Amino acid sequence: MTAGGAPEGAAARDLFSKFDPLIQQREQLLSTGLTDPFNLVMERVESPTVAICNGRRTILLGTYNYMGMTFDPDVIAAGQAALRDFGAGTTGSRVLNGTYQTHKECEQALMDFYGMDHAMVFSTGYQANLGMVSTLTGKGDFIILDADSHASIYDGCKLSNADTVRFRHNDVADLEKRLNRLPADAGKLVVLEGVYSMLGDVAPLPELVAVAKRHGAMVLVDEAHGMGFFGKHGRGVYEEQGVADDVDFVVGTFSKSVGTVGGFCVSNHPKFEVLRFPCRPYTFTASLPPAVVACAATSIRKLMTAHDKRARLWEATRRLHGGLKARGFKLATETPESAIVSVLMPDQETTALMWSTLIELGVYVNMSWPPATPAGVFLLRCSICALHSDAQIDSVLGKFEQAAQMAGLALHEAA
Amino acid sequence: MTDREERLYAILKLIEEFNKKGIEVTEATRFAQDLEWDSLTVMDFVAAVEDEFDIIITMNRAAEIETVGQLVDAVAELKGE
Repeated sequence: MTAGGAPEGAAARDLFSKFDPLIQQREQLLSTGLTDPFNLVMERVESPTVAICNGRRTILLGTYNYMGMTFDPDVIAAGQAALRDFGAGTTGSRVLNGTYQTHKECEQALMDFYGMDHAMVFSTGYQANLGMVSTLTGKGDFIILDADSHASIYDGCKLSNADTVRFRHNDVADLEKRLNRLPADAGKLVVLEGVYSMLGDVAPLPELVAVAKRHGAMVLVDEAHGMGFFGKHGRGVYEEQGVADDVDFVVGTFSKSVGTVGGFCVSNHPKFEVLRFPCRPYTFTASLPPAVVACAATSIRKLMTAHDKRARLWEATRRLHGGLKARGFKLATETPESAIVSVLMPDQETTALMWSTLIELGVYVNMSWPPATPAGVFLLRCSICALHSDAQIDSVLGKFEQAAQMAGLALHEAA
Repeated sequence: MTDREERLYAILKLIEEFNKKGIEVTEATRFAQDLEWDSLTVMDFVAAVEDEFDIIITMNRAAEIETVGQLVDAVAELKGE
């Protein structure tokens, strides 16, 4: 009598077989001699805007270092002091031994920055969305999200026991249509982003939030790409567009304007603190190292008064957007709506060739294509830093033109 | 036409708008393997079906629908018929 059901000597099914198409696609791409866009190494980082990549001095135009805080002397000093005083890591979860004085100070800095009663710091922005979306909603609830939402929001939906419904990107009428079809008495969470990071476009939050509220939904806005340079206090697009009173939760990250790593949610909801217990992406993971949250706290407080940097960021963004447009490149937004300027490419081959050529000319931008991009577009995404000089932007504009010539990309007559 | 036939007819019309491969579509046709639709096309098509029948197809429910026939059945179920 045999014990289990498995026949003797059954050959193992290779779980990696499902990745054969992807392996083939990558081999095909690299066989043409292009630099691998997903395996670039920054051997030395000289500043927020310059690094040595593959042995070449390169202008960085594809980081999310919007406010150039990664080398700020006060931020560095705070990190060094915390490293010296608290050690390399907490070795624990936030709910056990992993909350140090530094973590409390970081949450206080967030409460002060956003003018809100509660702040919860997660180990990454991805975990903040994963945790908030999956914990706030339960069986019988509905999550309604924009079709162009970040992967972390989609994954939060997957992890949740609630039902998930999508609406067409930034489409107020479509959001209304979908909310109308949901059961009136069901719990609802509408998830929006202030700035969508593929095309760099801003959401029409007042109209979207109004529709959500009319249907009794709670609203969560992800302001990852808006912190520091939208709104009177730099709180984000939601502040700039005047909907702060109707937004229940703001999620953000430390890996962009703040300049390090980590994520958070801020809120005025009186019961907010209870979330620290059922939220698995918060509890079942190690808390951030003291040095990281110390850097974050200092950076957040400096962002509260970084008016010059903010002005400079918009100046540099306008220079790049206007310059590319004038040279005949097709851009994803008519005007610069955020610090992301996306250049539309005709197909995958041209995108890869342009990206590779730009790298060889000493410019790093981000390359994005389906399925990461909405509506199947091919993009070269530029993100600007407050420390980019006019000279750097002009150099980049020249190299884009050069690369277009070398890659055979047709440019259009500027209108 | 029965209700089911009407529904099938409406769905086939919607499919034609997205049928780039130009294949013949029957109830057994599979969206991913036969029509070769990518995730973005599926999303647009699902939205069109929702609008046509004034229903909500949640992401989980949509993931369970593999063939045209299953979609016709799902629409009936979601309309409470």
